Amino acid sequence: MSKNILVIQRCAPYGSSLAREGLDYVLTSAAYDQNIQILFLGDGIFQLLKNQDSSDIQLKSHLGAMEVLPLYDIEDLYAVKEDIAERNIQESALGLPIKLISRQDVHSLINKQDHVMGF
Amino acid sequence: MKISLLVLSEPYSSQSSLSALQYAKAAISLGYSIERVFFYHNGVHTGSSLQTPQQDEINLHNEWATLTKTSNIDLVICIAAALKRGNLNQEESNRYDKAQFNIEAPFELSGLGQLLDAQLNSDKLITFG
Repeated sequence: MSKNILVIQRCAPYGSSLAREGLDYVLTSAAYDQNIQILFLGDGIFQLLKNQDSSDIQLKSHLGAMEVLPLYDIEDLYAVKEDIAERNIQESALGLPIKLISRQDVHSLINKQDHVMGF
Repeated sequence: MKISLLVLSEPYSSQSSLSALQYAKAAISLGYSIERVFFYHNGVHTGSSLQTPQQDEINLHNEWATLTKTSNIDLVICIAAALKRGNLNQEESNRYDKAQFNIEAPFELSGLGQLLDAQLNSDKLITFG
């Protein structure tokens, strides 16, 4: 049976493989017909930056890996306005369509879910 | 109540890998059931039977293996995360033509679907990372 699962991505895309392994959990769960939404929280917002070029550190682009999300019907991607402002990131610098919510709305987003998984 | 654990942290480097073991023991002693422990990310090293801490220090591999003998816990290691970090059972070692293997029963290698299964079929999934 399909459940609503919110995956919270809190890590920057490189430096640790946890962002990538969190994405692997997302894709696996979606393949098993779960309803996945993703919240990019705190430094997790760096995963969404356009024009990532990780070739010099011999890693695949994390944003490139996330481009398959629509193929898995994962279209509800959230980020927190305050997180973006604090990091001086413009919305136009994000490489995927994101729903921006305020920090106080994170609570209600989490409460709507059957499960929450953090990476 | 059925509880499963997700262990993301590496043994010895991180306190939380030990906390996961202590949590499991405490939960069992209080009558809760630990259904499955899923080892992912750096947590996959917990399953290495070659880990050799000093004799007066805790051996996390042995502790989990002993605990599951009495409490029948599934100890599942993510196969993709394990293989890239050099944690292979005999079957995978043969498949990739390696000279050694370091994952043995009661630890088993399986896919991320086992993490989702633990999450959906337990009352709680607790992450240690």
